[in-house]
Amino acid sequence: MSNYKAVIGLEMHCEMTSKAKVFSQAINSYSEIPNVNVRPLDMAFPGTLPTLNKECVRKALLMSLVLNCQVPEYLYFDRKNYYYPDLPKGYQITQMHAPVGINGKITIEVNGQDKEVLIHDIHLEEDSASLDHYSDASLIDYNRSGVPLLELVTEPCFNSAEEAVAFLEYMRRTYQYCDVSEADTKKGQIRCDVNVSIMDEDAQELGTKVEVKNVNSFQNVYETINYEIKRQSELKDAGRYAEVEQETRRFDEETGTTIRMRSKVDAIDYKYFVEPNIPKLKISKDWLAEIKKSIPVLPRERKAKYINELGLSEYDANTIIKEKDYADYFEECINLGINPKIACNYLTVNIVAYLSKEDITLKEFYLTPALLKQIIMELDKGTISSKQAKEIFNKSLEERKEPKTYITKDNAQISDSKALESIIDNILDNNEQQIVAYHNGKTNLFDYFVGQVMKETKGKANPTMVKEILKSKLD
Amino acid sequence: MHMAKNIIELHQQLINGEVTSEELVKESLQKSHALQEKCHAFVTILDDAKGGKVTDSYLSGIPYGIKDNYSTKGILSTGSSNTLKDYVPFFSATAVLNLEKNGAIPVNKTALDEFGMGGTGTTCHTGPVKNPWNLKHICGGSSAGSAAAVAAGVYPFALGSDTGDSIRKPAAFCGIVGYKPTYGMISRYGLFPFASSLDHCGCLTRCVADAALVVDAMKGLDTHDLTSWDSQHMHLYDSLNGHVKGKKLFYIKEIVDLQNYHNPSWELKKHLENFQRTLEILKELGVEVTPVSIDKNLLKAIPSVYVCLSCAEATSNMSNLTGIVFGPRGEGAGVTEMMMDHRTKGFSPLIKRRFVIGSYILQKENQEKYFVNAQRVRRLIVDEMKKLFQTYDGLILPVSKGPAPVLANLEDTVSDDELSVLEEHLQIGNFGGFPSITIPNGFIDDLPVGINITGNCYDDANVLNIAYALEQQMPYQNQIAKEWQNE
Repeated sequence: MSNYKAVIGLEMHCEMTSKAKVFSQAINSYSEIPNVNVRPLDMAFPGTLPTLNKECVRKALLMSLVLNCQVPEYLYFDRKNYYYPDLPKGYQITQMHAPVGINGKITIEVNGQDKEVLIHDIHLEEDSASLDHYSDASLIDYNRSGVPLLELVTEPCFNSAEEAVAFLEYMRRTYQYCDVSEADTKKGQIRCDVNVSIMDEDAQELGTKVEVKNVNSFQNVYETINYEIKRQSELKDAGRYAEVEQETRRFDEETGTTIRMRSKVDAIDYKYFVEPNIPKLKISKDWLAEIKKSIPVLPRERKAKYINELGLSEYDANTIIKEKDYADYFEECINLGINPKIACNYLTVNIVAYLSKEDITLKEFYLTPALLKQIIMELDKGTISSKQAKEIFNKSLEERKEPKTYITKDNAQISDSKALESIIDNILDNNEQQIVAYHNGKTNLFDYFVGQVMKETKGKANPTMVKEILKSKLD
Repeated sequence: MHMAKNIIELHQQLINGEVTSEELVKESLQKSHALQEKCHAFVTILDDAKGGKVTDSYLSGIPYGIKDNYSTKGILSTGSSNTLKDYVPFFSATAVLNLEKNGAIPVNKTALDEFGMGGTGTTCHTGPVKNPWNLKHICGGSSAGSAAAVAAGVYPFALGSDTGDSIRKPAAFCGIVGYKPTYGMISRYGLFPFASSLDHCGCLTRCVADAALVVDAMKGLDTHDLTSWDSQHMHLYDSLNGHVKGKKLFYIKEIVDLQNYHNPSWELKKHLENFQRTLEILKELGVEVTPVSIDKNLLKAIPSVYVCLSCAEATSNMSNLTGIVFGPRGEGAGVTEMMMDHRTKGFSPLIKRRFVIGSYILQKENQEKYFVNAQRVRRLIVDEMKKLFQTYDGLILPVSKGPAPVLANLEDTVSDDELSVLEEHLQIGNFGGFPSITIPNGFIDDLPVGINITGNCYDDANVLNIAYALEQQMPYQNQIAKEWQNE
């Protein structure tokens, strides 16, 4: 197979988090029980009209700003008309004429290299109902009908599956950081359409574009792109490039291939026109400025700060920014005055292990940064050993009690040199024979003396100090 | 014979205990049945309707009719279409709820041209509605049943909806008052949509004061309708004072001058002469009336702009009628076949033709030429009107080319003759969302005719007041169709 240049574009649909749906006042929340989050509009009962959820508009505008898009002066919507049982109104309210953002540009990192991604547009729309197919019937669940969606369309600016997936990962994180979406592919909150074409390395014109619809995981996006590149390249090698048609295909998970759905010739005419029931909304400069101010620090900037200012390794920084929860937890630790490296170690080793063992999220984790600080500060002071710290960490989680409950005088390490000296003097006074033997060359008796001190203090003596004092007294 | 009275009179009688709400409802139901036999004005008569409490509200305890394209909780609401022939909604339109709050009592649901798409009142799934003044004639539409019932004295008012002239034309053909206020003054939530950017709620009554009272009760900001606006500072009934001296009206020469018509019918001549007589009355009241000339091409475009925009919006608005969630389930092997079967059986041929036109206009390759151009011309017409409303309080024109046509003579075609502008000019009021009222101004051949006054947006009180003053000078207010006066 020859090596052709691949050209890839992405359409990424992402379900937004919000209290209510975007055009109806029903609750926007995932539910296993069908048809509970439904208002009359979501089933298109005659006479119902759309409302507009301003929170969704705000989040859409925020994403538009994050992607450095141009924002229109007025916000309005369009109807996309087609018949399908999951679309009760017979049209979807979306944005075709004036999306919340157009002509954006962002820089992402792919394998340590910067990559510029061009955004064609990002627009706000509503999701359809969901269908469950059975052998003799199909059932409609309207919970999803009207759920706010953001659709992001890139220019065909990627040249490999790695680049495309890196962008999707980047966006998933960004949606989470901006609190726009949970962006959970397992809950079907992200769905992608992928456009792939190939061309000779030195060619001027793009090849024939094939669209693969509804690819539901990033792994499948990766496989889809590589499969299409291979399929198209092989046809081109065989002199049969004409067989690559401008068409819509779907990804088949079982075989890892793509299957033809329809030709471009059969494409649906959606008869877009402006939604008359939602008056144009002026997007004021003040509002935009306010939204801009609310954009949180994004992962790329956080990573740079962790490496350059806090001295973390690139590996550790990457681990922490992967999830917004981790980054927020880490930064709270830093704000509380915890040493960055210690905080990082606790987070990436002990906490991560505990979360995965218990199968919970960091939000559900009992030891908040403030509670963790109770342990780390004692460790710093030397009042507890690292072994004890670990025990307190586990005990505190197990019994859901503050760590300081376990840091009592009773179990505190004896690090007071005067106290230790008097204990040691006492032991030495009672072991004169052993001292003589030690001085005659039986040096392994040193450990015997340490053992005696530990026995006397029930293991609470600071071992390093004990050794130091013993050495100075014996030698 | 209480139901021949206007709202204020009935309210006084109720307050004074001369009659009870229960008696009014009973009488109204009796009249409903009598009218139904001859005119087929209703889809549903609410026989178990009860009288209500009488309060300070003028409408309390008074029976009225609801056009069957308003969603009414627990009451069959069909839009006069087979696609919804058994549909009982679980929520009521905001306008209906507002009337309920005022204590008004619905006694029937009135027939209309299927989903308001038609101007004849003949495409209702329950059969054509006949004119109570003469059963051979139509009522006009689409608010045909409401117009017939108010004209026959079933009750003092009924609800209508108006996308092109659906309140104001049947009002003229039935010799009553039809008023649609400024777009968004009354919430459209719960009104079955025809063309959302043109749809208005409104009412049919027998006098201007009643129209003001009813809309005062129906209107108001509604969080369910983003196009509704706050009008709580507007009190239409209280604004009626009859002082119109110095007011300025204009009429469009191209529409009203007889010499613009080549072979004018006898009826048309009478109608235009009658219009001029009405203008004389206005002048006597001190109203300035000025002929204004408007580009004929712009005027001629009105009916086609209306067809383009209303059909395009309608085909999208009625895409929810698939028989899946509500309405009779269609038959067929798959979902697509079931939807097609439901729609093929459910809609009348007239509606289907409009859907085809609407789809054609919205097609990618046609949109710019038809749909977008129609929107541009709509804007031109509205701008022209708004410019004139800077100078004038309103536009006055005769409604239609004469009285109601004979049912048997109806032609099911889009007319493109020189009379089409005279027939369709009320659509200007929908293009601009302007307040617009029709009142009766005479008879031709024992059939009523009307005139229309249209003003600028939010200037409802002014428009109503001119109509109110004019009405006082003519003998047609509170009139009831002859045959029904002693029923």
